[in-house]
Amino acid sequence: MRLERRTRSSPLAIAAASLGAVVFTLLVSAVLVAAAGAPVGRTYALLLQGGFGSVFAWSETLTRAVPLIFTGLAAAVAFRARLFNIGAEGQLYAGALAAVAVGGMHDGSGLDWPIWLLFPAMLAAAALAGALLLLGPALMKSRLGVDEVVTTLLLNFIVLLGVSALLDGPMKDPTAMGWPQSVALQDGLSLSQLWPQTRLHTGLIGGCALAAGLWLVLKRARLGFDIRAVGANSRAAAFAGVPVTRTVVLVAMLSGALAGLGGAVEVAGRTGYLTLDMSPGYGYTGIVIAMLAALHPLGVVAAAVFTAGVLVGADSMSRAIGVPSSIADVIVATSLLAVLVASLLAQYRIRLKG
Amino acid sequence: MNEIADILANPAFWAAVLRIATPLILGTLGVLLCERAGVLHLGIEGIMVAGALGGWLAVYHGASLWGGMACAAVVGALFGLLHAALTVGLALSQHVCGLGITLLATALSYFSYRLAFGQVSTPPTIQPFAPMAWLGIPVLDEQTAPTLLALVLVPLMGWLLMRTPLGLALRMVGENPQAAESQGVPVLRLRTGAIVAGSALMGMAGAFLTLSAFNAFYFNMVNGRGWICVALVVFASWRPGKALLGALLFAFFDALQLRLQQAGDAALPYQLYLMLPYALSILALVLVARKAAYPQALMKPYRKGER
Repeated sequence: MRLERRTRSSPLAIAAASLGAVVFTLLVSAVLVAAAGAPVGRTYALLLQGGFGSVFAWSETLTRAVPLIFTGLAAAVAFRARLFNIGAEGQLYAGALAAVAVGGMHDGSGLDWPIWLLFPAMLAAAALAGALLLLGPALMKSRLGVDEVVTTLLLNFIVLLGVSALLDGPMKDPTAMGWPQSVALQDGLSLSQLWPQTRLHTGLIGGCALAAGLWLVLKRARLGFDIRAVGANSRAAAFAGVPVTRTVVLVAMLSGALAGLGGAVEVAGRTGYLTLDMSPGYGYTGIVIAMLAALHPLGVVAAAVFTAGVLVGADSMSRAIGVPSSIADVIVATSLLAVLVASLLAQYRIRLKG
Repeated sequence: MNEIADILANPAFWAAVLRIATPLILGTLGVLLCERAGVLHLGIEGIMVAGALGGWLAVYHGASLWGGMACAAVVGALFGLLHAALTVGLALSQHVCGLGITLLATALSYFSYRLAFGQVSTPPTIQPFAPMAWLGIPVLDEQTAPTLLALVLVPLMGWLLMRTPLGLALRMVGENPQAAESQGVPVLRLRTGAIVAGSALMGMAGAFLTLSAFNAFYFNMVNGRGWICVALVVFASWRPGKALLGALLFAFFDALQLRLQQAGDAALPYQLYLMLPYALSILALVLVARKAAYPQALMKPYRKGER
């Protein structure tokens, strides 16, 4: 068996490949649903309904999509430069921690700044915290050749333990009845509701705006060109005069800042304070979303909404019919692998006899 | 300081070190085998979960303990076959496929567990491996047979890689697949074999948790051990002997932090002790980075006739 590059990939082939990936994922999951003894059609209908079937379902899905847009963008921009940032989970928490450190009501009173100044300060602190967290691995990669996959992964554990220690100690809300949660954000720092009676907040608009901005940067700006050059072939890029190290560090700062902002937006938009269970793995799911979107910023928004819909829908389906809600993660993982294979088949054809 | 001396003098401490090290040894050998053949395998975290569940379910349904181990190896090998099909057969990104397999294997395991037992409050238990008291060697006689297996596998893997024609071919495939191919070495077949065998070891590493260290399956029980194995391989410069050393060192600090936590006067938050092994892993990576001899073809997909 061998792979042969197609001379050109027709749009039809690409569309057919993506459709094939979706059908394949649905078939695989159907086997699991059947194994759980539930009717396949009704399970899928309930899942779809729970994720997208009503105004309430949409509001929950979009609310869940917000942090995924941020972590998805963080992964997409880094992966474009072949910086494999697996640390968005830690950067998300670092950002959230910085946000409550700047904007929280410590001892009943926080920074005595006007809101118009405090709010951007909170966001800037979150972005900076995420960026600095990725700076170390990026420098270790470019200066010492230490694989960033491993360092960013390990940093996730260190950050989560650090947050846990701080929420037990100095950052703990004394009025929280012993529960390890941070102090609440000051009044006025919360993001406003986007839709009455739901949890959907203006963070969605921020995420979409960042996606559009990132798309423009990648398409039009010098940095976008450098990122693509470094991602395609860093040696050739260096030869052509692209500042490789500087680009990698800039991408790292950008990627970490996006994930960190996601943490601040999650705190300011949803909970108002930080707990250790803020993220059920948004950082890792962001990687999947970036891949589903083929690293395209606007695609990230769509992929995040799709993934959030599956996760939210599976929860409500599970409550209604009793199929374990982990089926959502199976669907997400299978669609990731299937889309990878599909995108390959659109570019290559498989010759069985070589 | 006195506390630490007391801890170090206690044989039970060293028994704990060896126990904590066992899944790390098995998993690190598995990753090492894959990487020597030129393939990064980030699926280990999920394969360990699947192995832990698969081995335990087999024993729960009446298989022998070694039958459970074999079952875990088969589960691992199957996921390895998937990883090989994607990364070797189709030459897709090794990073992303590995993460996808971790996600898939973890989700499938949790799904199967919920399917089998629903929302039980206390997980059902099995009778795990018994300590090998008949050995009569201190520290070692508190271990179970899989630990002995892991220890035996270390020199075996070293011999296989460094002293046999198969090992030479494997290393060649990981260094320069084009050259290997021109010498008539079947690159794709060797890589596939290495991934499948390595993944079987990862499955067994997970099964050690449910069949020896504990007697039940818990959610999140693997808890990053797979990622530690990936770091340990770099730390070990892709050598089995150093991998054993690294696993023992890591387990030493892990066991130490546990004891210090128990004995501690809470001067430091316990999370700092828990951080220690991860921080040391990063430090070790930085220290060995200068002389790290990566297999040259690691993470580079190989397509016949394409450079």
